[in-house]
Amino acid sequence: MFRQPTREDILFEPLKSNSLKFYGFVALLLAVIGWAAYAYYVQLRDGLGVTGLRDYVFWGIYMTNFVFFIGISHAGTLISAILRVTGAEWRRPITRMAEAITVFALLIGGPMIIIDMGHPERLLNLLRYGRFQSPILWDLISIATYITGSLMYLYLPMIPDLAQCRDRLTDAPAWKRFIYRTLALGWRGGEEQKHKLERGVAIMAVLIIPVAVSVHTVVSWIFGMTLRPGWHSTIFGPYFVVGAIFSGIAALLLAMAIFRKVYHLEAYLEDKHFRNLGLLLLVMDIVYIYFTLSEYLTMIYGNDVADQRVLQLLFTGDFAMAFWAMILVGFLLPAFMLGLPNLITVAPRPTARLTVLRPFVAMGALAVFAVMAFSPASASASFQLVSLWPVVRMLSIVVALGGLLWLALPWMRAHSIATIVIASILINLAMWLKRYIIIVPTLYSPRTPIQDVPWEWAHYAPTWVEWSITAGAFAMFILLYTLFSKMFPIVSIWETSGEEHAAAHGAKGEANV
Amino acid sequence: MHFVPPGQEWIKVFKNRDNHVADAYWFPRPCMQCDNSPCAKVCPVGATFKREDGIVLVDQERCIGCRYCIAACPYGSRSFNWVEPPHTPQELAAKYSVELNYPHRKGVVEKCIFCPTLAREGKLPACAQACTMNAIYFGDQVEDVVTNHAGVSVSFTQLIREKGGFSFMEDLGTEPRVWYLPPRDRVYAAPKG
Repeated sequence: MFRQPTREDILFEPLKSNSLKFYGFVALLLAVIGWAAYAYYVQLRDGLGVTGLRDYVFWGIYMTNFVFFIGISHAGTLISAILRVTGAEWRRPITRMAEAITVFALLIGGPMIIIDMGHPERLLNLLRYGRFQSPILWDLISIATYITGSLMYLYLPMIPDLAQCRDRLTDAPAWKRFIYRTLALGWRGGEEQKHKLERGVAIMAVLIIPVAVSVHTVVSWIFGMTLRPGWHSTIFGPYFVVGAIFSGIAALLLAMAIFRKVYHLEAYLEDKHFRNLGLLLLVMDIVYIYFTLSEYLTMIYGNDVADQRVLQLLFTGDFAMAFWAMILVGFLLPAFMLGLPNLITVAPRPTARLTVLRPFVAMGALAVFAVMAFSPASASASFQLVSLWPVVRMLSIVVALGGLLWLALPWMRAHSIATIVIASILINLAMWLKRYIIIVPTLYSPRTPIQDVPWEWAHYAPTWVEWSITAGAFAMFILLYTLFSKMFPIVSIWETSGEEHAAAHGAKGEANV
Repeated sequence: MHFVPPGQEWIKVFKNRDNHVADAYWFPRPCMQCDNSPCAKVCPVGATFKREDGIVLVDQERCIGCRYCIAACPYGSRSFNWVEPPHTPQELAAKYSVELNYPHRKGVVEKCIFCPTLAREGKLPACAQACTMNAIYFGDQVEDVVTNHAGVSVSFTQLIREKGGFSFMEDLGTEPRVWYLPPRDRVYAAPKG
């Protein structure tokens, strides 16, 4: 029987066949995961001593990964729930990929803590002897609730699509058809079923928001509830929640760009989706910069000696490179990349005329940036207080970056999606670094002095075991997400087809603010 | 005494200096056995707990090795067994007990425990016994008597009152059970630095 080709056919394509490229990709991911499993076996056999962790720096990149993955888990549920509750119609094609990020990020982020444990086989002690006064228990409860809730929130709106898969993919292998049939729960798409489903989804969307907020709040409280300088901060809860939404949007944008390219979803993921989310990302970036400023300025302005030690490590000490790269390239540059093309709509005349000179200007700016960024933090230690050198250095770095940005403006305007995606990548890298910078420098500056210990005990460098397991965690996340997208439609079909689609496009004027 | 694994210092001696005018002094830091112990507060499984006699213990058979107590302790009094500690036959011959903290094992947290087994026998803790300068006193605050290795027993309250005793970082609200007497009328020269 001949069927009229429709827009959603493209959404079933990835579900129907697997290319050689796909198998190669999965094999690559499995290889990385296998290597990580070996690294974890070594760690179980020999103890956590195979990591770079010691008594002073006892938490490292496992903890960084934990906070990072819990952070990007806010991509989904929170963003899609907020957009659903506020009735932003343009959200329709992106909600599922966002919600899937949540589920898989939680499935990877949660176990990072178990990998960090000295006795993972005693995990159930948390249930047998769990004491509610420990913030770790708060995390356990909150994350478990969040996983359950976000699984339901991912699953509920998938039911009509699962029924479509059941009805349309009749020549799929038996196990696949069994999964579709079982999960579709006998969906027929009658009025009553539709009504009930929509109510269910609406209730979940409202319920999941406070849960999501609580999750990243209690993650921050693991640090905030200790007496350590740099951690014991009252703004940590909201600071982490904002950071989570911030990195979550960036992760979502990255996923959108990849799916759009690989699965040819241009008809669904339009410029406006990138632009709208890009603006949301810009707002979160600015809010995050504001939080960062208020956190550090409060510490700088007071004179608490313990605080000053942490700040010294960040601003000019061991972590200065990572810190300033994060601030300048990870937060400020993306803010300009996301904002400038919207703000400056007139072509920059002088540079437009002197296109020949552009490479020279760019090289000059790059040279200034390189010289300044890699030069010592202070020209001379004895003049540190009176010298203007740090100011000159910082200003020239900013001017150099600004110059590059100005030159790149026409390109950025012509490639708005690419610009947003590059900004998202920078933000994700910076947010991983940020979590590292929250955890490690504080451990470098304990309240009791570090005396008479080997250098390695008071400093931290992740070992191959930690890097392998980290790579494995990312590979696992990508693998789960890939397999999910090969198994289920990555764009919600029933929410984007027919009248729903028309309704969404009817509201186009509103959505395109 | 405790077969303490290499790398751990249950009692760590710092060279402290309060300001650039004052002389330096030696500052031994055992576990403070805090009454408001931050470590026991954050332990998710109750492996670290406060006994009625005031001692804070760690149950290495329950500890999950999350190291949150190390994060919470402002004194740096806690250590983690990152690898399997080297064993001796005598150590392995002992039956594990929370009052011994050995045989040691990897993946758990350990710390100074004020030698409860010695206290049962009416003896001073190992550090006080080992202190050749008789500088460490130990006793029961309720009985208000503390004793050093030379067998000198004095009133705790009188000692603290007359010699200006203080406890370490008490402004953090941890209510430590360890008290210090500031260096006065030195007999020996202050340590350099």
